[in-house]
Order: sequence, then structure tokens, then C-alpha cells
Amino acid sequence: MYLSTFFANATPALPEIALLSMTCIVLLADLFFSRLCPRIPYYLTQLALLGVICLSLCALNKPQTSAFFGMFMADPLSSLLNVFICLTSLFSFLYARSFLEETKMPLGEYYTLGLFSVLGMMLMVSSQNFLPLFLGLELQSLPLYAMIALRRSSGIASEAAMKYFIMGSLASAMLLYGISLLYGVTHSLSISEAAIIFSQGTATHNTVFACALVFIIAGIAFKFGAAPFHAWAPDVYQGAPSIVTLFLGSAPKIAMLGFTFKFLVQAMPTLQTQWQLFFIILAVLSMALGNIVAVVQTNFKRMLAYSSISHMGYMLLGLISGTQAGYAAATFYIIAYAFMTLAGFAMIALLSKAGVEAESIKDFQGLNYKHPWLAFLVMVVMFSMAGVPPTIGFFAKLSVLQALVQVDLVWLAALALIFSVIGAYYYIAVIKTMYFDQPEKSTPFPTLPLDATIAISVNGLLLLILGLFPSGLIELCNKVFL
Amino acid sequence: MEQLISNITIAIVLFPLLGALVAGLLGKKMGCTWSHRATIFYVFISFVLSLYLAKLVFIEHIPTFNLVVYHWGISGGVGFDVGFLIDQLSVLMLLVVTFVSLLVHIYSIGYMQGDPGYQRFFSYVSFFTFAMLALVTANNFLQLFFGWEGVGVASYLLIGFWFNKDSATAGSLKAFIVNRVGDFGFLLGIAAILATYHSIDYSAVFAQVDTTLSQTITVIPQHPWSVITLISLLLFVGAMGKSAQIPLHVWLPESMEGPTPISALIHAATMVTAGIYMIARMSPLYQHSPTALSVILVIGASGALFTGLIAIVQNDIKRVIAYSTLSQLGYMVAALGASAYTAAIFHLSTHACFKALLFLGAGSVILACHHEQDMRKMGGLWKLMPITYLTYLLGSLALCALPPFSGFFSKDAIIDAVHQTTIPGAHYAYFCVLTGSFVTAFYTFRSLFMTFHQTPRYDTAHLHPHESPWVVWLPLVLLAIPSVLLGAWLVKPLLFDTPPLLAQSVVPHLMESPQTAWSLMEESIHSPAFWLVISGIFSAWLCYIAFPALPKFFVRVLSLPYFILIKKYGFDDFNRVVFVDGSKSLAQSFSHTGDQVVIDNFFVNGSGRAVVFLAKLGRKLQSGLIYHYSLLMAIGLIAFLILILWPLKG
Amino acid sequence: MLGQYLPILIFILLGIVMGVLPILGGWILGPKKPNKEKLAAYECGFPAFEDARLPFDVRYYLVAILFIIFDLETAFFVPWAVVLNDIGWFGFWAMMIFLGLLVIGFIYEWKKGALEWE
Repeated sequence: MYLSTFFANATPALPEIALLSMTCIVLLADLFFSRLCPRIPYYLTQLALLGVICLSLCALNKPQTSAFFGMFMADPLSSLLNVFICLTSLFSFLYARSFLEETKMPLGEYYTLGLFSVLGMMLMVSSQNFLPLFLGLELQSLPLYAMIALRRSSGIASEAAMKYFIMGSLASAMLLYGISLLYGVTHSLSISEAAIIFSQGTATHNTVFACALVFIIAGIAFKFGAAPFHAWAPDVYQGAPSIVTLFLGSAPKIAMLGFTFKFLVQAMPTLQTQWQLFFIILAVLSMALGNIVAVVQTNFKRMLAYSSISHMGYMLLGLISGTQAGYAAATFYIIAYAFMTLAGFAMIALLSKAGVEAESIKDFQGLNYKHPWLAFLVMVVMFSMAGVPPTIGFFAKLSVLQALVQVDLVWLAALALIFSVIGAYYYIAVIKTMYFDQPEKSTPFPTLPLDATIAISVNGLLLLILGLFPSGLIELCNKVFL
Repeated sequence: MEQLISNITIAIVLFPLLGALVAGLLGKKMGCTWSHRATIFYVFISFVLSLYLAKLVFIEHIPTFNLVVYHWGISGGVGFDVGFLIDQLSVLMLLVVTFVSLLVHIYSIGYMQGDPGYQRFFSYVSFFTFAMLALVTANNFLQLFFGWEGVGVASYLLIGFWFNKDSATAGSLKAFIVNRVGDFGFLLGIAAILATYHSIDYSAVFAQVDTTLSQTITVIPQHPWSVITLISLLLFVGAMGKSAQIPLHVWLPESMEGPTPISALIHAATMVTAGIYMIARMSPLYQHSPTALSVILVIGASGALFTGLIAIVQNDIKRVIAYSTLSQLGYMVAALGASAYTAAIFHLSTHACFKALLFLGAGSVILACHHEQDMRKMGGLWKLMPITYLTYLLGSLALCALPPFSGFFSKDAIIDAVHQTTIPGAHYAYFCVLTGSFVTAFYTFRSLFMTFHQTPRYDTAHLHPHESPWVVWLPLVLLAIPSVLLGAWLVKPLLFDTPPLLAQSVVPHLMESPQTAWSLMEESIHSPAFWLVISGIFSAWLCYIAFPALPKFFVRVLSLPYFILIKKYGFDDFNRVVFVDGSKSLAQSFSHTGDQVVIDNFFVNGSGRAVVFLAKLGRKLQSGLIYHYSLLMAIGLIAFLILILWPLKG
Repeated sequence: MLGQYLPILIFILLGIVMGVLPILGGWILGPKKPNKEKLAAYECGFPAFEDARLPFDVRYYLVAILFIIFDLETAFFVPWAVVLNDIGWFGFWAMMIFLGLLVIGFIYEWKKGALEWE
């Protein structure tokens, strides 16, 4: 087999291969040309992501095709998730640039690590075998640990990185143990083969399988940051620089959803009754803990961290329903959530002055008097997170609740509503702070970089526009599950 | 072609919104001149495009155009769409709305000059135009309701435009609250339609009407109602609110606290006729419910007579016209009740022109008298303001329904229709509308004489009224033309052609014999209505020109009826005592016991305290130590394992 | 059944013996004249039983990590070379791509000065 045929075999993986090549180029360009043009890694990174978005969009309507001896599979779902993984990464890299330059963090390393992480995420949604899936997960996580610690002067960031690393290793270990047990049950690492074995109905009612399931779910729950495996989230979200937080809070969650689909939907299509209960517990705990504890937070980043825990709870509701509509709703929710998180943390990054982050809710006091447009955008984000129409957050919540009601889990939907009422309190408290409180002291307002300002405007308005015209995205999410 | 019409319609509807946004958001930066230029320009475009649509529909006879533009959402199998229905009726309404709106925009340049809220005013008026256009072009009930509420909001904002004035804010509040009552019925009506027909699309609903003729619904046990009657009556409640029918008419006189151009545009020509339009649009539905038609007929006819009577004792020039509007709306509703939908729409169109003319004329007078509205402090203005006087006179003649002015043809059609109908209450209604024409003539000319004739009663030393600037009188002249001619021009195509002009939109009303404008005028000499009008004008002349002492004599002799009229039949007092005071005391008691003790203290603060308590507890979990976190994870894992392994064991 | 694992047992025992024997031999045979220099930790390590927060030179770890990467690469190469005839050109190119990626990493660490001790 010659080189050409080698690549012909690999066409479904074209976006991934392109991204890998571009990552290497970014790395080398940073080495050799950063003296000439310090921003070259940044430009190349964004170019790479744009290219991958285009490639994934082209693949969106193609039927599923596998490559690398069935280890890899490109289907509409993975293409859709790839598009949004890259899109959210693109936004987060955009927000990061000015902060990186201001605090003199190494630009090249940051973007190279980021791209490697994106590559890991793409593998997580496209692999068709447990082993590459796990490798993708690790490839996604390891650069993140480094990115958090990249700001070496910050003690809290190092602490966050250390915590995330240790806890993450623990979770990876659980997941890997679960996978190995699963291998013991199915004698195969291929998802397709596992699906066939599980559909035969034998081998699922034994202790080994039960343990495997629990370990895998625990690993997944950790990566989502769902309670009670959430403990790392507030510390890491707060400790990491905002530009890293907005990256690690958005794109990896999308990838993680794809990862979960691989395990629970594609490999165990018939075992929904077995894992449903766990997800109900995870969802209820996450919604309760996230929303309730967020109420007393004074740190904006920490509040958003708890809010993200609660959002993961809502997203899991879509999975619980176990229907196509539910999976589509979960996908829609995670995409909406990713954009909301991006905008929320981007605000903190934008408002930070000379490397000091504006992370206290007090820093937003009277924002409306200083910068009405930014205040408006924060308001949109907060309303969207609270699920107030006409923002995308409303339709996201609506669709997961609809999916629940369709499978007669009305009590769960009602519970979710009650928690979202509690959640509304702290989101709207931020709006109140911005609009009705006087600014504390007349500190000079930071000059906002133009590109990031435009990006945050686009991002914020996207929440609004997708809320007014949600049907396109909803249909897209539905289509990939048909 | 479809694409073209759809684009034109979208443009017609959205351009005024654009104008509203431009004037509202950028008004302060652009200044007054550019604000009114921008809004007038956008409304002008809408008007021209409406004319083009009218050409397509009336001359080229394109088929009814019904297109969904955007699927907003689907719930329970029912689509909620944005869509447009372009047929003769909606195009006629488009023309009326954009024409009057354009003139009112122009007029406001003069009337609102120097007002601190100048740009805001133009923004609101343009927004109103947008909402009204959305209402008349809707092809489904949801969009209808959207426009319906939109005009309500605009009306509220504009009545309370001078929000520093207590009476204006009170008036706006009253208009809003009374309309809520109507809207409640309207919304229930839409819900009933949704429940019965599983669609909110006009065409889909009308297509199914025949299948539900005998369907009944039991609201009160043992009393089944016809579904169609229920829907019709509920929708009519909405129309009663918006079109100010007894007993929900009380807000319209108060709405005169707003600027006069608003009274002309919203509270005479367009918004208050939305109810008429809606029922005419629903005529395929109403046609099957004689009960509902009877109710409509009686309420409309009562309004036509009794609100007209109040106008006789009013001294505020705008209030006279406001009560006259109530009376004319009563005529239109009576026509609907008599199944003469076309006649109602006909009167709607002519009324829009001459009533807007009268209001704008009154505004011109008010402007000249430095915002004095009391007719007792006017008089003898005809020499000083010839253009205003002439146009006002033409408007008055049209309102009195004297041939050959436009009001004659439309009102004649209504009286004729009420005369012919045989549903219960027809005799009473005929009496009302006939007597009403005498009353109309009397109060109209009373106000004309008191304002423009008689000796001047204003402070001649300080006040020197003069003719208004051209931006004010030009719209008067432009409105005077259709006030005179529109009736004669439209009467034949609307009522006597086969098929009639609006045949595709509303259920046509059968006329006895084909007539022309000329033959109608000839016949009118022999009709009682004509002579009642003449005698009304003559009586007004007697009382206010020939023997000015006469009115005082009548007040003394007829003190009880006078008192009743001054008190407006006690509607306001009744509302105040029963609804306002009653709901206040009810609210008071709820507020004390229910709200403060139970809800505030127990539920709101209690749940808040509980949440904060739990949150502080949850916070303790977050120690910041890795081994605590790991322990938490391990506990979770073990709990899960127990959960799944326990049943397996047993 | 269990007999199949006999070679493994022998392998383990042999491993233990190979590890323990030199240490034992050195301990028994070698002369013992300890002094301060001799008891100090080796140059590349640091005291094992000291305060955990002792500052240490990160370069040791850098070198160790770099070493492990290329060490594993070698471990990868040996089985590949053995079966190269069976896996053909596909296997060849797969390894070349892997090698290329490693080279890029190598260029990076070289250029960044990770290989310089000072």
C-alpha cells in the first residue's frame, strides 16, 4: 500500500488530520518566526480552526463512513459536534489573545496546547473504539492542565492546575478501569461489536458489567463536573485564568457529550434502563447543588462554576429521556451552554485591568453607567443562563423539559423548574448589580481590545438571535440523530 | 409574483418599525428635523407600496394571497407562524391606515413643534403604524393578537405621552386596564378557536366552520352552548374593548388626554376600528351565530344612540368628537350585527377620513387658542381660520350623513341594513340608529356653531387666533377631499356590483336592487333619515345661533335627563365604586394577610432563608483540600456501586 | 492449566535474583569505609527523607521526561521492525508519520533549549 492509498483510506478523518498538521505548523512557526511576528501562532491557529470548521461543515451531510479499520467513524453527529467544538474554541482563542499579550504569557505554547486539546476533543467524538476514545480524552485533558498552570506567577493557578490534574487522573483511572471491565465482558474494544454483544441481551446482568457501568459513568460525570463528582469545578474555574476557564468550560463539554453518546447510546443502545437511574441522581444533585450554592457566591467566576454544574444537570435531563428528541435536546443544550459560558467568562477577561481579573461580582457594580453596551450583553448572557425568553437558554431548557415530559418524567421536569427558579435569583442579582447599583469608585475603565469587543458582541447577540430564531439549530440537532 | 407580494408586504409592515427604531434610538442624535423626516419617509414608502398592492388587487384582480413567511414555532402539532393575508379587505385597511398615518405624521410636525418629547412622539406613532399594519395583514390569530396588543401598547404610551400631567397618566392607565378586560375575552376566544379547530390560521379555521355548526360546549352544567356562538361572543368581547362598545367604552373619552394627532389617528381612524375589522374578517364565523349577531346588533345600536346623546352636553371640543366617535363605532357594530359587514367596512373607511379631519381640525383650533379646548371659550373663529373652518364644515356635513358627502352613503347603507334585518332586537336597533342621526346632526353643528360662529368668548386682548401653518392645514385639505368624495365613489363597487368588491374577504350583504350614487341621493329625499338630519341641523341653528338662551332653558326644564347625561349614565361612577374601590379593598386585604404574612414572610423569605442555609451548608463541602474532594468522589462511586449491585445480589 | 504459568514464575524469580544478587554481593564483598561524601545523595538525585517542600532542580525531571519519550519510541520500534514484512507499506508509513511527529517535538525541545544543561 502506497502513501496515496494510505491517505485515501483516511479521508473521513480529514478534519482531524488537517488540524494535526496545522498544530505542528503552529508549533514550528512559533519557534522560527515569532521574533518576526509575535502573533503568528495566533493567526495560524484561527486559520486552522476556520479550515477545520469548513471541512466539518462539508462532512455534515455525508453518511457515516469509517476509517482506520473501524477505529474511526465520521457521521453527521460527530461533524456537528466538531463544528461547534472548533467554533467555541475559535471564540475562546480570540478572547485570549489580548489577555495573553498583556500578561506576557507565552502565546505560542498557549495556542499549540489549545489546538492539541481541540484535536483530543475531535477524537473523542469521532473514535469508534474504546482505546482511541480514551486517548482522545487524555489528549484533551493533558494540555488543559498545562494551560491552567501556564501563568506561572499565579499561585492560585498552579494550585488549580494541580488539583485538576490529580482529580482528573483519578477520574481517568476510573474510566480506564471501567473500560477494562467492559473489555472483560465483551472481549472487544470496538463500539460496534460491543453494541452487537449487548443487543443480544446476555452478559449484561452480571456484576462485572454493573461495575464497569458505574466506573464509566463516574468518569463521565467527573469530566462533565456533575455532582457528586463536581468538587474540582469551583476551584479550577476560579483558579484558572479566565481565558483558560472559558476554554475548558465550553468546548470540552461538547466533546464530552459526544464521548457519552459513544458509550451509552452507540455501545449500549438497549441498556438505557440500566444507566438511566444514575443519570437521574446525577442530574438532580447537580441542579440542586449548583443552583443552591451559587446563591451565596460573591466571586463571579465561582458563581459561574456552580452555574455550570447546574447546567450540566439540565443537560443530563436530555440524556435521561433516552429518546432521539432527548439526545437532540441535550446536544442543543450543550451548544447553547457553551456559548453562554464563553460569553460569561469573556466578560470577566475583558473587564480585567492590567492582568488583575474582574472576578468579584462587585466589579460589575454600575457597569451600565460605565459601558451600557457591555452591560446589555452581560444581561443577555444572564437571562440566557436563567432561561428567560427570548434567549437561546430558554429554548434549551424548554427542549430538555419537553423531552422529559414526553417520556412521562413529569416530576423530574417539575423539579428542574423549581431549581431553575432558584437559579434565576443569582443571575438576576448580577443584572441588578449592573443596572441599579452605583459604581463604587471611579476607577478608569479598561480599554477594550477591538477584536474581542466585536467577538463578545457577536457572541452575546448570537444568544439573542438564536433565541428568536431557534428552529434552524434545533432542526440541525434533530437531524443528526435520525 | 408571490415572492414580490410577500416582499412588498413585509416592507409595508416593517418600514414604519424601522422609522420607529430610528427616531426612538437615534432621535436625540439626529435632531427633530431628521427624526420626522425619517419617520415620514418610511411611512410614505409604506403608503406608496400599499397603493401598488391596491393596484394589483383591485385593478389586476390577483387572487387572494396567503403566505406563511416564517415558522416561529410548533407546539402540540399546531404551527405558530408569521404570515400575511393580502386580499381586498386587508388592502383597503392598508390604504386607510397608511394614508391617515402619513397625514398625521405630517400634521404632527406643526402640532408637536417645540415639545421636549418630539422624537419620542414620532417614534411612538411609527410604532403604532407598524403594529396596526401587522394587525390588518395577519393571516392567523396569533399575529392578529400581536398587532392587537401592539396597538394597545402604542395607544397607552401616546395617551400618557405628557406623563407629567396626572389626567394623562390616569387616562392611559384607564385605557390600558379597560382594554385588558376586552383582551381577556379575545384571548379566550382565540383559545376556544384553537381548542375547536386545532389551528389558528384563518383559512384553516374558516374551512372547518361548516363541520362545527352543531357542536356544543358545556360551560355551565346543563346549558350546552353552540361553540360558534361562544367563540363569536368571546371575540366580540375583545372587539368591545378595542372598539369601545358599551360597557367597555369608558376609556375612549379619557384617551383625549393624549395629543390631538393621536386622537385622530388612533382613537378615531384606525385602532378603534380594529374590532370592526376583526369581526368583518371573521364574518364566515359570525354568519353562523344569530345569537351573537343579535347581541352585537343591540350593543352597537345602543352605543350609536346613547353615547351620541352625551356628546350634546359636552363642552370640550375633543370630547364632543370623542363621543361622536363612540356613536359612529356603534353604527359600524350595528351594521356588523345586521350582517352588513361590507357596510361596516365602508363606514369605517369614510369615517376614518372625516373623523380624522374633524380631530385634526379641532387640533388646529386648539393650537390657535393656545391649547384651550373648552368650546365656551371660543367662538367666531371662522373669519380668522378660513381653511380650518371650511374643512371642519365639510367634515361635519360628512359626519351628519348629508348627501352627497361620503358619510351619507355609508351610513345610509347601515340604516338600510338594520331596517332589513329580522334577528331579535332589530326593531329597537332601527329606532336607535334612526334617532341617532338626528342626535349626530345636532351635536355636530352645535360644536361647529360654538367654535366658529357666535361672538368670540376668548380673551381678545391677549389671544389672537390665526390660521395654522401649512403642515397643519395641508393634511386637513387632503382629508377633506375623500371626506366629500369617497362615499359616492365607493358605494357602487362596494355594495351594488356583482360580485361586490370585498366578496372574497367578507360574507357579502345582499342588497335589494342595484343602485348608483345618484339614485341613492334621489331616494334619500324620501327617507326619514334625511329629514331627521335636516331637523337636527336646524335645531342646532335654533339653539346656538338664533336663540342662544334656549339651551339654558332646556337644561332647567329637563334637569333630570341633563344630570344623567352629564354623569354619562353613571358608568364611570359605577366602575369607580364597584371595580376600582372594590378591587382596591380586596387587594388591600390580600396584601395584608395573604401577601405579607403568608407569601412574603413564609414562602418568599422562608424559602430564601432555606436556600441560603442550604447553600452555606453546601459551601462547607468545598474545603479546597484534594483529599476531601477525592473522598467525595469515592463516596459517590461506592454509593453508585451499592445501588447497582444490591438488586443483583437479591 | 496452572502449569502454563510456570515460565512466568521462573521469569519473576530470575528477575528477583538478578536484582538482589549484585546488591547482596556488593554488600558482602565490598569494603565499608563510609565518609560524608560517600553517604551524600548522588548528583542526579536528592535526599529521600527530607522535607517535602525542598526546592529541587527541575532540570532533572526535564531530562528524565525527554529520555522517557525517546526510550518508549525505541520500545515501539523493535516490535515494528520485527513484523515489518507482514504489515507492509501501511505499517511503514504509519510509523513514518509517528516518527515525523516525534521529530517535530524534538526540534521544539532542541530549539527551546531543553537539551542545554545550563
